[in-house]
Amino acid sequence: MNHNKTQINSIINQHKVFGLCMLTTIAALSTITAWSSNAHAEGNTYSNKLLLTGGVSQVEGAAGGGLTPWAVIGGYGTNNEIGGNVHYTYVKSGDFDLNSFGITMGFYDRFELSVAEQKFDISDLRGKVQAGLGADAIGRDSLDQTIVGAKVRVFGEAVLDADTWVPQVAVGVQYKKNHDGDFIKGAVVGAKQDHGVDFYASATKLLLDKNLLLNGTLRFTKANQFGLLGFGGSKDNSYNPELELSAAYLLRKDVAIGAEYRMKPNNLESPANTLLFGGANVVDLKEDDAFDLFVAYAPTKNISVTAAYVNLGNIATVKAVGADYGKQDGVYLSAQVGF
Amino acid sequence: MKLKLMMAILSMSVGLGFSQTGIANETMAHSANLGNTPMEGTETFQAFGGKEGLVKIMDDFMIGLVADPRTKPFFDNEKQTFIKAMLVEQMCELMNGGCKYPGRDMKTTHASMKVNREAFNALVEQFQFAMDKHNVPFNAQNKLLAKLAPMYRDVESTTGDAVPPAASK
Repeated sequence: MNHNKTQINSIINQHKVFGLCMLTTIAALSTITAWSSNAHAEGNTYSNKLLLTGGVSQVEGAAGGGLTPWAVIGGYGTNNEIGGNVHYTYVKSGDFDLNSFGITMGFYDRFELSVAEQKFDISDLRGKVQAGLGADAIGRDSLDQTIVGAKVRVFGEAVLDADTWVPQVAVGVQYKKNHDGDFIKGAVVGAKQDHGVDFYASATKLLLDKNLLLNGTLRFTKANQFGLLGFGGSKDNSYNPELELSAAYLLRKDVAIGAEYRMKPNNLESPANTLLFGGANVVDLKEDDAFDLFVAYAPTKNISVTAAYVNLGNIATVKAVGADYGKQDGVYLSAQVGF
Repeated sequence: MKLKLMMAILSMSVGLGFSQTGIANETMAHSANLGNTPMEGTETFQAFGGKEGLVKIMDDFMIGLVADPRTKPFFDNEKQTFIKAMLVEQMCELMNGGCKYPGRDMKTTHASMKVNREAFNALVEQFQFAMDKHNVPFNAQNKLLAKLAPMYRDVESTTGDAVPPAASK
């Protein structure tokens, strides 16, 4: 786990480059939005989708629920408009927490682009490992990644096609770049790559007369813990299909409650277990599926807040040093502001 | 975890099964130009306060449509009284309230104008405001909106700029 100075500098620079990339993207998207605003100078013409029908920004930045992308296109723009929003999401799961922020842009209710920056705080685990082993084996307080997403609506109209069972269907990709590559590919985590691409297809249907929205997403991914622990591992380094399901019930036009279930891969086996502990499962990186129960409230089209109970199962447990983190559950809070 | 997944799938299936119970029984003939099949029971019609309630809702609906810059060009004309009367008959029949909609079909009605999604959704929003104002329960609102929403296919004729009716002003 000893980096030489050049490696450390290279990591820092890499991180800066990605930060810069994201800022540039945000600036570019803002310019496009501003241009579009000028193009349609008069009146209120960028937020004519119906309330909450653009979903909220899910944890990786795509429009959807909290955990899962939906087939809807983010923002309140219709087929004649561009819309977007910025979001900030905080997840506190007992022994870890995740801060995420980003931007989601929808173009003509057809294309969606998103960028999200995630910071996963592991300082508690770091402290326990350092105290227990007498060595700072983790060497950082957070694992960070940038996610750039794109989505295209293929067919269907989730909200208005209330007389058919045909859902709205979209396909999307999420490119994820982890900024702690040396660590997550090292002996503690043992991921195979520090970047990866998820591919997904989503089908979303609003059963308007039942106030019920259903979504199913099939994702092909190698990402460990969304990519925060890298991509692939010694147990499995291939793309696997993972199913993600959401159901939301509209209590009012501005309030939805719901539940989500997201299957996740289980690729990792810490190389340290073999190297240092004679094969004992001391560093337990078994990955579990995730689920949440959420309530989303949109007082206006420009603002929405989502609160959820989220259960992520095991992320990283090192019982030997007192880090018995087997069940990570807690709160998910997210706010988004549209423009 | 597999148990949780099964529970998730089960709860979705229950949702789907539940939503299949309302399959329309099209034994009664309805007006050819109605635009959708009427509902079965009359609970939704009652929730709207019957025909009397519909008349009041349409009065406020029209006020909202004229006040909203997105829909004003389509409704700020001499046809308001006629449009309101037609809407009452159409909604009443869709909610199985014992009416017969005597008007033209949605495509013909909107042939002299170009409606885009912004205008269509703006109308939905104004209708929601009017229904809220008259305390129509959210469930009942969505039951009627589910009958109206698919009409976007006949009402909308552009993804470009909206164009108001040609001969109305």
